[in-house]
Amino acid sequence: MSRARFGRVVLLAAAASLVLGACAARTGDDGGGDEPDSQPQASAPAQAANAADPAGDGNATCDAGAKLAYAGTINGANAALGQNILNGVKVAVERHNSNNPNCQVELAEFETEGTPDRAPGIVTQIVNTQDIIGVVGLPFSGESKAAGNIFNDKGLVQLTPSATNPALSENGWKTFFRGLGNDNTQGPAAAQFITGELGAENVCVIRDDSEYGIGLANSITEELGDKATCQEQIKTKQTDFSAVVNSLRGSSPDAIFFSGYYQEAAPFAQQLFDAGVEAQFVGPDGVKDDEFVKGAGDAAEGVYFTCPCVPADQFTEFNEGYKKQSGGREPGTYSPEGYDLATILLKGIDSGVTDRAGMLDFVNNYEGQGLTKSFKWDDKGELAESTVWTYEVQDGKIVRNTEIKPS
Amino acid sequence: MDDPAGPRPDPHVENELSIHHSSALYLAQDDSVINFDVAGLVDQFWANTVDGLSQGSIYALVALGYTLVYGVLKLINFAHSEVFIYGAYATWFTFYGLGFRPGPTPELAVFELIGFLLLALLAAVLVSGATAVVLERVAYRPLRNRGAPRLVFLITAIGASFVLQQLIFIWRGGNPEQAIRLLRPEPVFEVFGVAITNITIIIVLASILLFFIADTFVNRTRFGRGIRAVAQDPDTATLMGVNKERVIMLTFLIGGLLAGAAALFYMMKIPQGASYQGGFLLGLKAFTAAVLGGIGNLRGALLGGLLLGLMENYGQSLFGGEWRDVVAFVLLIVILMFRPTGILGESLGKARV
Repeated sequence: MSRARFGRVVLLAAAASLVLGACAARTGDDGGGDEPDSQPQASAPAQAANAADPAGDGNATCDAGAKLAYAGTINGANAALGQNILNGVKVAVERHNSNNPNCQVELAEFETEGTPDRAPGIVTQIVNTQDIIGVVGLPFSGESKAAGNIFNDKGLVQLTPSATNPALSENGWKTFFRGLGNDNTQGPAAAQFITGELGAENVCVIRDDSEYGIGLANSITEELGDKATCQEQIKTKQTDFSAVVNSLRGSSPDAIFFSGYYQEAAPFAQQLFDAGVEAQFVGPDGVKDDEFVKGAGDAAEGVYFTCPCVPADQFTEFNEGYKKQSGGREPGTYSPEGYDLATILLKGIDSGVTDRAGMLDFVNNYEGQGLTKSFKWDDKGELAESTVWTYEVQDGKIVRNTEIKPS
Repeated sequence: MDDPAGPRPDPHVENELSIHHSSALYLAQDDSVINFDVAGLVDQFWANTVDGLSQGSIYALVALGYTLVYGVLKLINFAHSEVFIYGAYATWFTFYGLGFRPGPTPELAVFELIGFLLLALLAAVLVSGATAVVLERVAYRPLRNRGAPRLVFLITAIGASFVLQQLIFIWRGGNPEQAIRLLRPEPVFEVFGVAITNITIIIVLASILLFFIADTFVNRTRFGRGIRAVAQDPDTATLMGVNKERVIMLTFLIGGLLAGAAALFYMMKIPQGASYQGGFLLGLKAFTAAVLGGIGNLRGALLGGLLLGLMENYGQSLFGGEWRDVVAFVLLIVILMFRPTGILGESLGKARV
């Protein structure tokens, strides 16, 4: 063995032992996943007995070729939020098709990458596919604003499971229906939670530059009034927040509300934590995802979220279906909402709807209980009833906290 | 949210600051698009300086890659930002392969930590270096052999950048890799009331060290002489027996190695950084830094990087966070108005590659 080769072998062996040592040393870290129940936690809502079930009576018949579509981020920006919804939709369609052999509904998936500049092109593609008679989608507010009129022009029903910007329903779009409360509900509820339950006197509101972030920040800031003592702005895809962190360290608020998405929230929360800013971090629905918990590392523990989404803990049947659909993952934010909205469209098809006009009419007149809430839309496409829940990160998991009841 | 080791704001300063802040808010509520928070700038001056220097060091290391390639080929290698992000992915996968998982920062013994970080450095440097060399081979060399015009190179660079980006997208999806970090920032000492963290120290010192190594390599070694010769006059250099193709490959390699090191530092600073588009803006800023200092000029890249890092932070304090990128690019325009070839100029005697 030549000297050079021997040297290489030694180096390799050293590297290998380092690697193996590390593997052995770190496999035991995953413990501690016990269910925490020390906090006063509101119990999750039980499944309503009359909640709409996509299975129906099993005798539905419909023409082959009826198609529904999901449009939204699948692998693009903040992809986890889109996948939660898509999987929820899939559960409904799967349940419908397996129980109704004479009515097989196809689900088409369209990737908008979650961006306002990409969505209009994709939506144009969707409305030009004549077979598609109903859409669950456009999860984000920015893309919804950019593409809503395209749905409207072609009379294609669009049920959004998560776009919460209030202005979206003010555009006169006949085809826009929102499956949850908007940020004029979430903003005040979050303000009430932060100043009430968390007892914060000085709240800093951070907004990103998205349609959603700006709208929600305005809504909460208005409600907070004098207690909104500072405001900062960040940019989508920003990763280094040192200037904002330094400024927050200076103003030392009691709580920080981050109005934006998890992609920026995770590094931001971590940098705040590292800088020793002790303010309670609160994020909205756009931050409430496991991606945030993983991304923020040490900083995630104890973070609160507000969300117009209903905890799925008690929806046993749905949860089982979801786990099967997503390869063992638990339902995430807006999974049950996606399921509910898909169910409504499926009910439409089962009732004999075969075209877009019929579906629009069906949804307009729909009234019924779902897993998450009861659905009945006004002429703007807003729901009469909506709820806001808070969640908390405990032991690296997002668990429900309480429902915010308007005072 | 309890971090016993974290720096605490001085209560005295704190009071003063909250007053400034309410005044800034008042301005903001006055519906003004931009506010001049001079008090905030002054108060956070040193904190911003420290953070700006560490961010600027990363810009500088990446900028060196732009500058080297430009010096030799007169090509703006827009795919360099992807060379950088490949290094970031290499870092992440090294950590992952070592058995670390996203979540709380593990407690490591010092020698373990150094070993792991060096291993990650090695992986990042190798991956980035290899990416740069392959890029040169696959994308640029065929063009050179056919004598393509310069614009074709530029378009190819942009195209290559997209290809490299989309490869990651197809493979890993749009979510950034979940943060894994080995070293928690801990304050080591204080300057002007600002805690300097271990990570800042490592980044700034290591970057400057790497800059000096690169500078010495280009200016003092035989290979470096080859690089400078090709940069000054490729034809004459070839006549004098310099192997032009090898020099070009070497230039890409050095740029890639430096980008790899920058990627590790970036991932230490921002563990969420491994995202398929994560290199784009940073690459653009690093390119700005290179032009700012004088492209084709190594010292210019260092100066430009540090300056850009600082100005970005000062600008954010003064105008607000949403002006961050505006500040960077306005700074570039202003400097180019007065010094079209950058602060140090395109050619500066020996430092010119």
